[in-house]
Amino acid sequence: MRHAAASVSLEPSQLADSVAAAVRGGGRLAALVATARRDGATELRALVASAGDLTSFETTLGPGADRYPGLTPLVPAAAWYEREIHDLFGIEPIGHPRLDPLVLPLRPDVRRPRPGNPDKPPRLEPDLASLPRHVSGEGVFTIPYGPVRSGVFESVEYLVETPGEDIPHLRTRVYHKHRGIERRFGELEVDDAVLLAERVEGTVSVAHATAFCQALETLGNVEPPRRAQLVRVVYAELERVAVHLDSIIRHTEGAGQAVAYARMTLHKEHILRLRARLCGHRFARGVVVPGGVSGPLHLSPTDALAAVGAIDRAIADDTRALMDTPSFLDRLRGTGILPASAVAEHGALGPVGRGSGLVEDVRVRRPYGAYRFLGFEPAEGFIEGDALARQSVRIEEIRHAFHLVRQALDELAESETGPWRHEIPAPDGTAWSSVEAPQGELLYLVEADAGQLTRVKPRCASFHNLALFERAFRGDILTDFVFIEASFGVSIAGVSG
Amino acid sequence: MAWLLRGLRQGVVTSRYPRRSDVYGRGYMAAIAVLHAPDKSSADDELAALCPTGAILADGRLRVDRGRCILCGRCVEARPDLFAFDGSPEVGRIGRRALLVPDEDEEAVEEVRAELAKRTRFLRRSIHVRHVDAGSDGSEEWEVAALTNPVYDVQRLGIFFTATPRHADLLLVTGVGTAGMAGPLRLTYEAMPFPKVVLAAGTDAISGGLLHSSYAGADGIGSVVPVDVWVPGSPPSPFSLLHGILVAVGLLAENRAVT
Repeated sequence: MRHAAASVSLEPSQLADSVAAAVRGGGRLAALVATARRDGATELRALVASAGDLTSFETTLGPGADRYPGLTPLVPAAAWYEREIHDLFGIEPIGHPRLDPLVLPLRPDVRRPRPGNPDKPPRLEPDLASLPRHVSGEGVFTIPYGPVRSGVFESVEYLVETPGEDIPHLRTRVYHKHRGIERRFGELEVDDAVLLAERVEGTVSVAHATAFCQALETLGNVEPPRRAQLVRVVYAELERVAVHLDSIIRHTEGAGQAVAYARMTLHKEHILRLRARLCGHRFARGVVVPGGVSGPLHLSPTDALAAVGAIDRAIADDTRALMDTPSFLDRLRGTGILPASAVAEHGALGPVGRGSGLVEDVRVRRPYGAYRFLGFEPAEGFIEGDALARQSVRIEEIRHAFHLVRQALDELAESETGPWRHEIPAPDGTAWSSVEAPQGELLYLVEADAGQLTRVKPRCASFHNLALFERAFRGDILTDFVFIEASFGVSIAGVSG
Repeated sequence: MAWLLRGLRQGVVTSRYPRRSDVYGRGYMAAIAVLHAPDKSSADDELAALCPTGAILADGRLRVDRGRCILCGRCVEARPDLFAFDGSPEVGRIGRRALLVPDEDEEAVEEVRAELAKRTRFLRRSIHVRHVDAGSDGSEEWEVAALTNPVYDVQRLGIFFTATPRHADLLLVTGVGTAGMAGPLRLTYEAMPFPKVVLAAGTDAISGGLLHSSYAGADGIGSVVPVDVWVPGSPPSPFSLLHGILVAVGLLAENRAVT
């Protein structure tokens, strides 16, 4: 039912050329994933998305082979993926321009965790000596932002290299939070693995649980009950509203808009409380399960509609006022411009892409679940590429999200009785799955062997988009940093893995 | 001006917690409670196997380690006769062992409590909090940040978040305690002036939760900095966090629910 990817098997030497040709032909690199085999071999899968299709270009490096002709020289969007694979698997992409550690800096002689391989690695200490030293030049110095930030933020380190005010160069370090998620998936039972999926990016638990469960449903050839699909949409879209509000909150905080900040945080609290009323958990954990959802909404669709309507109106009213506040808009307009060419080349996802005119929305491109029959249009027509455009996309998406929630609740009010979930058979085989998380396309690769998960790779939109972060700083100054960061809306937990 | 009027029109939305109990604060799952001892027909192993994080201890006596519990509800679903969700947000405790329920009041904890009360006696009127993420999933940050929204508005209680550890009295740590954050976390703790208090926020920070002893560390933050108050939850709600902070400085007793 869902769009499983077509696969093409290649020799390692053909991988880069084939992927580059597919990208030249109108595709974008969506992911590059490695899997360790028991016998010491390593499988590489490059996933290319074009129009409504996913194609997986696959190759296997034999046991002991630790190099292959890299993709990055031909497909720059592969740069972070190849750095990640180098960290976790010790495999070197030949020709990579800057193979610095990304998620796990280790001494060269240390055995890598190699997700997919069942041997449990010992505790691995990060090796700070393997990180590159600062560049220097006359009058240039480096300002480290993080990893302990100046507020309640996730830990990430931005090294801002500046002669004073401009930001000619910026580097991002995300290894501090690396938790070893991908390995842990392989050590869990299928039902427990859903709990882990919910915690890959804790702020978008529903998107992760849905993507993971969809992969299992594809493997088992099970279609969840229609009303379970509707319930998933209700939570997924409320999640989108909450995450977009969080981004807007950080903009208002940075701009010193005290009342707008207070009001937006109040709206966000109301969304979290509504979710708690609907399912008992402020982040809607435990709702999405393989084969459907755990049960009905705790509120009747009518009561839920009333509650959603009130929050929708309040948010719409305040976002309208906010977009009419010149002292706020001045800080965002022209800030952090991402050129359309950079966005297109990288295949930026979610609001980051849509703010520069690249409309990649899984709900439209490869509709899944209830999105196949609910009315919906993506946020189009934003081309400026600045923080304001990305914020405008988010405000538009909040509106659409409420529209979808209302449609889903309307239909739930009329829906028949029946089960909330179907049993799924023990998973066996390989499946890709994708959903549109608030930050953009979220991909899951799930491999299982007779009911035991062997490899699960979540590819978060945050990981894909953060690689583009430094490209947004051309011509901007230090005081713009907070807006550019907020407008990316990245979850670091999803980047570090 | 327009914004000011918008704010005023809303009226007061702020909770009166902890002076009064908050209806919303009791409305969702905050912890697992053990209802009674199982009869002989339940095998210990079977009960322990209900939990994906090993939080059920059944060694002749049934207990739940809230420091490992991620509130998935598997146990409540399978054995509603033995386990139940507890809606009371007052889950923070002084002393790691106090997270084992049902608990016995140990004298050892009394000593710890007395020492902490002595240490924090000057922090009661105003407390500055430095937050550090040591490998969270991101949701804990949302709940910590929510403390400053108009509903919880912790400034009304003299609680402030500060950017620099030099001004901080309380270190509030989220996340599983990754090897990569051990160094920065330790440095932040060392940079704080005395007297200082450490609060582990969330099951991840207490035990590592589902990621317990991964290759990236993730055994909780207790092995990196000395924790005084443990607030379980996945993530802990803002009310639980607020209760934990007030317990840390001795303004609330741990065990007593706010009424």
